[in-house]
Amino acid sequence: MTQHAWLLLGLYLAALLLLVKPLGAYIVQVTEGRLGFAGRIEGTVFRLCGIHRDEEMGWPRYALAIILFNALGLVAVYALQSLQLWLPLNPQALANVTPDSAFNTAVSFVTNTNWQGYGGEATMSYLTQMLGLTVQNFLSAATGIVVVIALIRGFVRHTAAGIGNAWIDLFRVTVWLLLPLSLVFALFLASQGVIQNFAAYQEVTTLEGSTQTLAMGPVASQEAIKMIGTNGGGFFNANSAHPYENPTPLTNFLQMLAIFLIPGALCFVFGRLVGDMRQGWTVFAAMAVLFVAFEVPAMIFEQQGNPLVEKVGAGETAMSTTALLDGNLEGKETRFGIADSALFATITTAASCGAVNAMHDSFTPLGGMVPLVLMQLGEVVFGGVGSGLYGILVFALLAVFIAGLMIGRTPEYLGKKIEAHEMKMTSIAILVTPLLVLLGTAVAVMTEAGRAGIANPGAHGLTEILYALSSVANNNGSAFAGLSANTPFYNGLLAVAMWFGRFGVIVPVLAMAGSLAAKKRIPVSAGTLPTHGPLFVALLIGVVLLVGLLNYVPALALGPVVEHLTLWSTK
Amino acid sequence: MRTLIRPAISLFLLLSALIGLLYPAVVTGVAQTVFPAAANGSLIVKDGKPIGSELIGQNFTAPKYFWGRPSATAPMPYNAAASSGSNLGPLNPALVDAATDRAAALRAADPDNTRPIPVELLTASASGLDPHISPAAAEFQAERIARARQIDTQRVRQLVAQHTVGRELGMLGEPRVNVLKLNLELDARP
Repeated sequence: MTQHAWLLLGLYLAALLLLVKPLGAYIVQVTEGRLGFAGRIEGTVFRLCGIHRDEEMGWPRYALAIILFNALGLVAVYALQSLQLWLPLNPQALANVTPDSAFNTAVSFVTNTNWQGYGGEATMSYLTQMLGLTVQNFLSAATGIVVVIALIRGFVRHTAAGIGNAWIDLFRVTVWLLLPLSLVFALFLASQGVIQNFAAYQEVTTLEGSTQTLAMGPVASQEAIKMIGTNGGGFFNANSAHPYENPTPLTNFLQMLAIFLIPGALCFVFGRLVGDMRQGWTVFAAMAVLFVAFEVPAMIFEQQGNPLVEKVGAGETAMSTTALLDGNLEGKETRFGIADSALFATITTAASCGAVNAMHDSFTPLGGMVPLVLMQLGEVVFGGVGSGLYGILVFALLAVFIAGLMIGRTPEYLGKKIEAHEMKMTSIAILVTPLLVLLGTAVAVMTEAGRAGIANPGAHGLTEILYALSSVANNNGSAFAGLSANTPFYNGLLAVAMWFGRFGVIVPVLAMAGSLAAKKRIPVSAGTLPTHGPLFVALLIGVVLLVGLLNYVPALALGPVVEHLTLWSTK
Repeated sequence: MRTLIRPAISLFLLLSALIGLLYPAVVTGVAQTVFPAAANGSLIVKDGKPIGSELIGQNFTAPKYFWGRPSATAPMPYNAAASSGSNLGPLNPALVDAATDRAAALRAADPDNTRPIPVELLTASASGLDPHISPAAAEFQAERIARARQIDTQRVRQLVAQHTVGRELGMLGEPRVNVLKLNLELDARP
């Protein structure tokens, strides 16, 4: 790893650490309803919408509200795509999207996955991008955040029937948190060259005399929430590699920062709300250690390059100048090079973002395995907004359970006894995604329609399918994009995996929130296992890795590991 | 259940209007007023006509121009209406074949140059629209351009140096040269 790559990683972590506390403190104000200026507006809105300010919801009602709200999004995004030719703001007269692709995309954006079987600039009208996709970028992010807030309330409250009011939580997070952040970030991006207009595609005559058509659109407003909400669905096919989405190394750095911003701050929120900051920092520390442990190999393997390509360019004399860019540059942009691309790939898959500034399909075998494994761990390394924290808290419950078995005591976490019901929900939440990934991959490789999508021969083909299923079931959305997934088979299979990968976790988490909130708080005693400090950090990391490895090692051995060995033996 | 439907629908419609229409409209309004050039694509205008964008690369094949990164967009390279990478895996024979073709074209255009070819001139960019190459990739081509234009190589190197941008804050990104702007400069000041 080069010195520059270390510096970049250090700068990134320092900037993140600096922002986590102030933003976390603000999020507490938002979710606790303590914003002074908000009261009047909220009063009017809630009256208009038939929302009762004092209503506390039990977990089934909270979950139903969330699912209903997301189902409306599903209908809206599907309808906008299916009718876009006849709706305004479609200067390129882009056709209505086919039913299977529209369904896949609707599920994808509602579940915060943002898997894209289509190429944005050739498929979606400006209205679809704004009123369909941008809206879901906000609302799916808000959904993740309110679910984790409800879970935290489960720990904080005792002998309580309710875990909050879903409508009020959704409104506050969307309007007071996501909207202002996005507005500021969008304007900054636009100042740096991210386009923001409603013009038709621009035709230019190039220097060598041919015609080039420049895709246009309201990109900056979508780009901002795409990163802040860990959504990741690009306005353009090339996503954050496209110069109109991500024009400079500075915008790239801020986009990377935006991905971890809220997931990092939520650790602070967690500590603050449960009244013990050490709990929040413990979770943060476990995430940070895992993050660095995965980032470094990605950087090293990409910097190492592809020996087969390097052989082609061999010359008789030495390379003459400094400022040489080397490493595996297939599918990478010059302005980002290796360091910014490998870092971005690690961040986007540690979180459930899925935006890419380089093409993961062309990564070296082990460099590309890093994003794959990070998704398979359940995206708990900072993770998606909300989903990362509730994901790792589920692992924390498993960790105290295992530790409880080892020391022969009833496990407890944050003053709540962890009993059979919680462990059942924990098991469902942890096992639902590996089940979807492994079964889905098996179905795809066993069927003609599944194998037909493979673009690259050999072990890499298996990895493409495994990556797709890992990405959708964990609601990431990045791809080994060689896979031709815009077919009825993949649109259907992946949509199912996205839906259950999202709500198959959210519902058990909310059920757990409900049962935890109803419990009495038990005082700390000599027998209580402390859930803060280095020992628990190590335990938590161990549990996350153990579950991940047990699930996926065989599949990984057949994919990226075989490919790595082949690549370096054919050298 | 019924008591959930009214809040669900009304909140959904309200938030959709706010973040799906008003928010993009406000961003557009401010961006078009405060930084219109950037918001409209950073276009380069020559004699009243847009000839490209400084952020979007163009396809160059003439020996007198610097060539940018290979582009894997379809149906033609640097198709800015359908951005794409190659998505070729590291062991895919098509990856080595494409690199071999690109190497052959570079060698044919400049037979005397026996130095190793920088990897970025053999590999397709992620977007297929990459506007930049590294200073090393420019240096590799400098002699060819000088010969094709019958100017001094030092003059070409000087222009490359003038158009080289370093890392932002000394840490972000990579040193790079904007190929289109460099080629425009070569045409304007021979």
